[in-house]
Amino acid sequence: MAGTGEAKKEEADYKRLNSFPLIRHTDMPEEMRVETMELCVTACERFATNNESAAKMIKESMDKKFGSSWHVVIGEGFGFEVTHEVKNLLYMFFGGSLAVCVWKCS
Amino acid sequence: MDKGDGLDRGKKSKPSDQLKLTEAELKENITKVLNTHNPHAPQNIVRFNYKEGVYQRVSVDHTAILFEMESNIVYQDSEEGRRLMLKQGLIKGDVAASYNFNLLSKSTFLASLFFDLSQATPVEDGGEVEEAEEEDRPDSVASKADKKGVKLGNFFHFTDRATQTLNNPPRQINCQTAPPPRSIFSATANQWQIYDAYCEELQKQEKQKATLLKKETDKSKKGVLVTETQVLTDLTEVAKETKILERMVHQNTFDEIAQDFKYFEDPSDKFRGQEGTLLPLWTFQHEETRGLSVTALCWNSKYQDLFAVGMGSYDFCKQGRGMIVFYSLKNSSFPEYVFPTTSGVQCLDIHPQHFYLTVVGFYDGCVAVYNLKKKSLEPVCKGTPKTSLLTNPVWQVRWQNDDIDNNHNFFSVSADSRVVSWTLIKHELISTETIRLSVNGGLSNVPDDEQLVNISGGTSLDFHKQTDHLFLVGTEQGKIHKCSIHYSSKFLKTYNAHNSAVYTVKWNHFHPRVFISCSADWTVKIWDDTIKVPVFTFDLMSAIGDVAWAPYSSTIFAAVTIDGIVRVFDLSINKYEAICQQLVVAKKKTKLTHIEFNPVHPVIIVGDDQGLVSSFKLSPNLRKTPKVRSCKNH
Repeated sequence: MAGTGEAKKEEADYKRLNSFPLIRHTDMPEEMRVETMELCVTACERFATNNESAAKMIKESMDKKFGSSWHVVIGEGFGFEVTHEVKNLLYMFFGGSLAVCVWKCS
Repeated sequence: MDKGDGLDRGKKSKPSDQLKLTEAELKENITKVLNTHNPHAPQNIVRFNYKEGVYQRVSVDHTAILFEMESNIVYQDSEEGRRLMLKQGLIKGDVAASYNFNLLSKSTFLASLFFDLSQATPVEDGGEVEEAEEEDRPDSVASKADKKGVKLGNFFHFTDRATQTLNNPPRQINCQTAPPPRSIFSATANQWQIYDAYCEELQKQEKQKATLLKKETDKSKKGVLVTETQVLTDLTEVAKETKILERMVHQNTFDEIAQDFKYFEDPSDKFRGQEGTLLPLWTFQHEETRGLSVTALCWNSKYQDLFAVGMGSYDFCKQGRGMIVFYSLKNSSFPEYVFPTTSGVQCLDIHPQHFYLTVVGFYDGCVAVYNLKKKSLEPVCKGTPKTSLLTNPVWQVRWQNDDIDNNHNFFSVSADSRVVSWTLIKHELISTETIRLSVNGGLSNVPDDEQLVNISGGTSLDFHKQTDHLFLVGTEQGKIHKCSIHYSSKFLKTYNAHNSAVYTVKWNHFHPRVFISCSADWTVKIWDDTIKVPVFTFDLMSAIGDVAWAPYSSTIFAAVTIDGIVRVFDLSINKYEAICQQLVVAKKKTKLTHIEFNPVHPVIIVGDDQGLVSSFKLSPNLRKTPKVRSCKNH
């Protein structure tokens, strides 16, 4: 029991240590992508416990910067199929266990 | 009675093309409806609805505004209301007078009030007047006011005037943009997907790092060298300290060996009777000496932990570069000094007094003197043999005392059968031939061509420990000659020592008459220089590399053979067999080439043909000094 507990801790630590943001799929232009990624990282780090607040922060910032209307989903286990405006989608992993999907569709 | 005047009175005339309907149809009531439907309004306008993503009909308003006027609603009991009504003649002046008028300019209105009062008619008449007023209400306000003399207007009572400018007719222009293109994207976000993605990314990054490192090392070698030299210049300032640090680290690493070296005395020697063992200590190896074999060993007399190793090759075919390496027992992992040479080193000797001078004999016949105090890797001076037709390796060099002018000098014996004395005068080596070895005797004036048949190359040389001018020379043919410096033409004595080349001759450190020789005929022989036959003969069953006397005992010597065994003999204990036979090499094919005893410590160093020098500590049984006998010494 202690062994498996330790193994889990090691995994968690490993994930946390390797928690660089990993972009899975995007068709955004370079600047937009970088800015959006940094915004997502900031939001997730700030609201590490509350996905809704993080998503809210991301959506409001994106609306201000790039126009309405944006949609943000943050979670650890979900599937999705969305219609998005071309060149306005970002799907990335962060923190070893979080997945963030940000798209625009008015 | 009808009056026929041609006029059909009472009859209705029908036009000829009138629609003819039946009676029932005529009686039918048709209602006409008036509705607000605007026949001119478009009915099929379509617009794109973004919310639903489809084109939808837009309904158009059917009302048309014909007239529009903006106005205000005024409370009738307020001042403005009263004023307006008065103007329009809805109320009489005297009635108006009864009200308190609260206006900005009281004076004018008070004036009108007074007017009213003065012109006021009694109430009964007022009624008639009112009626009359009501009748001509719209137009006669002014006239009535004029009649009464009441003008209700003031400077602030405005009249409206209006004009209509020409308005351009409005036109509608519509445009509809195409909606931005959309696409559909779907994915699943699971923990295992995330984990896999991260693992892949890490692998990619590691690969990239590896390729980058390779590229950097390939491309920027120059840059690396520059940085290295910079680092080196920084280190040279703290060279001494880093050296001490290096030695400390070395001592810590090989702590056990250092302890053994200092304190370990093999306790099992008590049980072993006469025999002893060799305890392995440090091994000395330098990477650049791979492929070279140890051709010479020499301890430094002043710094007893420093020894010199000459590297070369005994193989006649494979002759290449050589090296002189100085090791210290304090640091076995890296040599103290390294001197690369172009030719293989065959022998070397460190000056007993001037411990920084080392003389080296090469395979190509040259000799060189190195000065350790100087930082260059080049020898101080180099001497070449006079005849350079053949490569005659210098087999042995030995320092001698300084001559009268305090110039250093040394002797060398080479395969061209000459014993040459070299003198170091102001960075130059001047050679003087001491003796020429020949079969019959020393004849130094015979020209070379005739002597070729009779000469035999010298292979070893040793000076007597007490009498400086005496020295022994061993030859390729197995003879040992005892010579003196002063006699250049003749040998003092000749011993038919061996059947083949004499590899080593060495005088005993203590006994003035005893010397030892070893040769290619696999024997070691001990001689008394007064007797022509050997006192002792040891057949070692294997080719011998080297033999050496122990500096602490007159009866102990050690021999090394190509089968990797070191044999230590003590003649006072056992005259026939070795008291120690030990295999000292790891690989069986390694041949031991040289052996030397440390002058102070009970340590021997053994060199082999792989370029490795091993050090061993002699166990107590091997270190027994013979008791001083009161009777005569042999």
